[in-house]
Amino acid sequence: MDVRVEDLTKRYGQVTALDGVSQAFPSGALTAVVGPSGCGKTTLLRCLAGFVAPDRGRLWMGDRDVTYTQPQSRDAAMVFQSYALWPHMTVFENLAFALRLRKVPRRDIEQRVREALDLVELDRVPGIGERRPRQLSGGQQQRVALARAIVVRPQVLLLDEPLSNLDAKIRHRVRVEIRALQRRTGITAIYVTHDQEEAMSIADMVVVMEGGRVAQAGRPEEVYAQPKSPFVAEFLGSTNVLAAVMDPDGRILPSAAGSLIFRAEDIRLASPQEPAPAGSAWVDGEVVDVLFLGAGYRAYVRVGEEVIMADHRTPMPRGAVRAVIPLEKVFAFSRD
Amino acid sequence: MNATGPPAPSLRGRPRGLPALALRAALVAVLLAAIVGPLAGLVLWSVAERWHWPAVLPQQVGLKYWARITQGDLLAALTRGVAIASVTTVAALVAAIPVSYGAARARLPLGPVLLMLFLLPQAFPQLPVFASAAVLFYRWNLAGTYAGVVLIHLVGGLVYAVWTMTAVFRAIGEDIEEAAINLGASVTRTFFRISLPLALPGVVASSILVFIYSLDEFTGTLLVGAPYVTTLPVYMYTASLGYELQIASVTALVLMVPGVLLLVLMERFLRAEYLAFFGRL
Repeated sequence: MDVRVEDLTKRYGQVTALDGVSQAFPSGALTAVVGPSGCGKTTLLRCLAGFVAPDRGRLWMGDRDVTYTQPQSRDAAMVFQSYALWPHMTVFENLAFALRLRKVPRRDIEQRVREALDLVELDRVPGIGERRPRQLSGGQQQRVALARAIVVRPQVLLLDEPLSNLDAKIRHRVRVEIRALQRRTGITAIYVTHDQEEAMSIADMVVVMEGGRVAQAGRPEEVYAQPKSPFVAEFLGSTNVLAAVMDPDGRILPSAAGSLIFRAEDIRLASPQEPAPAGSAWVDGEVVDVLFLGAGYRAYVRVGEEVIMADHRTPMPRGAVRAVIPLEKVFAFSRD
Repeated sequence: MNATGPPAPSLRGRPRGLPALALRAALVAVLLAAIVGPLAGLVLWSVAERWHWPAVLPQQVGLKYWARITQGDLLAALTRGVAIASVTTVAALVAAIPVSYGAARARLPLGPVLLMLFLLPQAFPQLPVFASAAVLFYRWNLAGTYAGVVLIHLVGGLVYAVWTMTAVFRAIGEDIEEAAINLGASVTRTFFRISLPLALPGVVASSILVFIYSLDEFTGTLLVGAPYVTTLPVYMYTASLGYELQIASVTALVLMVPGVLLLVLMERFLRAEYLAFFGRL
């Protein structure tokens, strides 16, 4: 079921959390809503869940206008950042709670709880159903929270920073599992995160938010390759921002009139004598430091008053260099 | 851990030289004197059948006055007090649970004002508050009745109930409730199936506080209840007024028993995480 919002606006006193957001979330896809804290992504999700009533705008799930529908009757199950498992109930009771509400027969409840635990790969943990949330690890609690949401077979799955309480190693694994689960069930998932890498790796579509508005939306590769604003470019990757403009030959000249944005991985450090190839931008500088990052090296290059980062697979020269960037990888914006 | 290794030296509780030890000993002695001293006096008086000045210890020791427990009036005052405390506790809970839940969730209009209102009677000296209440109660024919005493106990009891339970409900994350609502539970069902069971330890602790408060309450009971409704504290007061210090001591010791027992119980129920939210408007 696809989800659409139109002109969604929400103010808290002086703060505008959502500023006329219009966005479609395609059916059966995983859409990541990403942005820095305070960009309105959580408010958007809470509007979708029905916990926040928008001041203006409309909200659609399929053909149904759910703008003023109670959260109980939205058919959009949510996974909370804190998991919000009920500590006084066992895992089985946590999962069965919503099924009992729906008057599902007792035998079917057991069947469906088992299926849900199977989907999140908790079925192999012995006696999982009788345990209480407190007795589980963070990763297991996260899976129980996920299972509790999908056991009701919702049309829409809402995930609010579901991995932020896990340590890095488990986070990567659970992220892959969430993606696999979403693919298998074909559920429409809306996934809020502040982590741009997580968003791009997991999603069919990313929606980058800034200041209560959608800054850019599209396929992850598209948004990464063609950022529409300096904010999006900076937010999505390790990026250099130079106060500069390019002359017709591709030479980068310091200037307050414009911003040039390019990623560390797109820079090639060449010898200052080497002429820059056609179709590239270039600037001369001096390597001040090189860090070994494991997969490669990162050089810090002083360019005039500023320092830019350049990533290489191989060890890099020190001293004077010419930084060369393919023209299509340079995003030029004029400064207001 | 390696079980065969030598025992690790304890890092805690290691005395740091003689001065520290002496200081600690002195502190313990002062505390013991402050706590045990008056208690020892009570115990001595309760068994002193004859004790005339200037003797340091009673001349004749016996359980004559303890035997009074089994006779009518003391026991009657105790059961009366327990009955009043039970009714007060139930009434305080019924009133305080919705108020404190509403205040904790900021769903109550003027929640902070309401909380202050409950605290207000405690901000003034007890005696004038209760005295003016007593005047009102005489006008309403509540003086000397059980209902009157319960009402006067509720003035203080509600403060404890509302303030502790607001803290308890605040300690329960709102997302815990939202998770239930999100999965289709009504607000009422969410409250009774999720919030209240989670708050139960705090509710029990809060009831114990109210119960003990009511059992030990003196000023209001004396002004409103006496002479028809006498509880143990009032009984003790009357006894000591008549220079029956032995009876007063026995009463005080009897009165301590439920208090100590319940406080031990409460200590198990009132979790540290509630205290973080205690006293916030």
